[in-house]
Amino acid sequence: MIGLQHYLVVSAILFVMGVFGIFLNRKNIIIILMAIELILLSVNINLVAFSAYLGDLVGQVFAMFVLTVAAGEAAIGLAILVIYFRGRGTIAVDDVNRMKG
Amino acid sequence: MIQTIAFYLFATLVIASGTLTIVARNPVHSVLWLILAFFNAAGLMLLVGAEFIAMLLIIVYVGAVAVLFLFVVMMLDIDFAELRAGFAQYLPFGVLLMIILGAEMIFATAAWNIGGVDLAARAAPTPGEVPNIEALGTLIYTRYLYIFEGAGLVLLVALIGAIVLTHRKRGGVKVQNIAAQNMRRPEDATRNVKPAIGEGVEL
Repeated sequence: MIGLQHYLVVSAILFVMGVFGIFLNRKNIIIILMAIELILLSVNINLVAFSAYLGDLVGQVFAMFVLTVAAGEAAIGLAILVIYFRGRGTIAVDDVNRMKG
Repeated sequence: MIQTIAFYLFATLVIASGTLTIVARNPVHSVLWLILAFFNAAGLMLLVGAEFIAMLLIIVYVGAVAVLFLFVVMMLDIDFAELRAGFAQYLPFGVLLMIILGAEMIFATAAWNIGGVDLAARAAPTPGEVPNIEALGTLIYTRYLYIFEGAGLVLLVALIGAIVLTHRKRGGVKVQNIAAQNMRRPEDATRNVKPAIGEGVEL
């Protein structure tokens, strides 16, 4: 029998994978954005699992809002990435702090 | 029984493809693994009856976000080998953090007991006979209407922001200036001449 805790463990592992991905690909901002998507996906799995097992639909409503924000975040993040690449010819995020001012 | 098998299948695949997303050498492969992870997460959500969110995950994540990633990865000419350079530098710290974070969350999950939750305090109890999409729609368009509109505004801001950020004016292209065309009067553009016979006109 599959319980709530099975879902929570899957989501925890996925979350940790997302956090680990940020450390692993510290220079490649595209992979970092994908890792953030993985983190948000694990949060969504958590929300939906709780919603289903507690019989409360609000979790799914909030999962939908998380999805909306994730889509907007990906669009803006990739737009910033494109203009950064256009200006510098690379996407290494090491020297991003030169952008200030 | 079949649900258990399906759960373990989806769970294994979502974790495996999530791992391959972050370790794949080629970012195009990363995006494709990410798509597989989204599909399997949608399967996990289907198993608990959240059909709408599962379909939304496939439409929004696979159909829009992952394709956007794919476009950007293929559009930009990036030297990915150079970006892999300091790969091992942060690896020990990352592994340490991963182990601590994962162990903490799994311990907390195992130690927590669902029996303590007050089920009467639910904000929106799932209605019995109504399909998931119908119940969710009723909730979104009544109680959470303003938040729903807010989500639409977030998307609008993201849309306009992305366009404003990436838009650029190209030099050296010929564009139609409609205002200048409409402002043009006959007296500016034409000339009435009466050439004498045998002489040409000056152009």
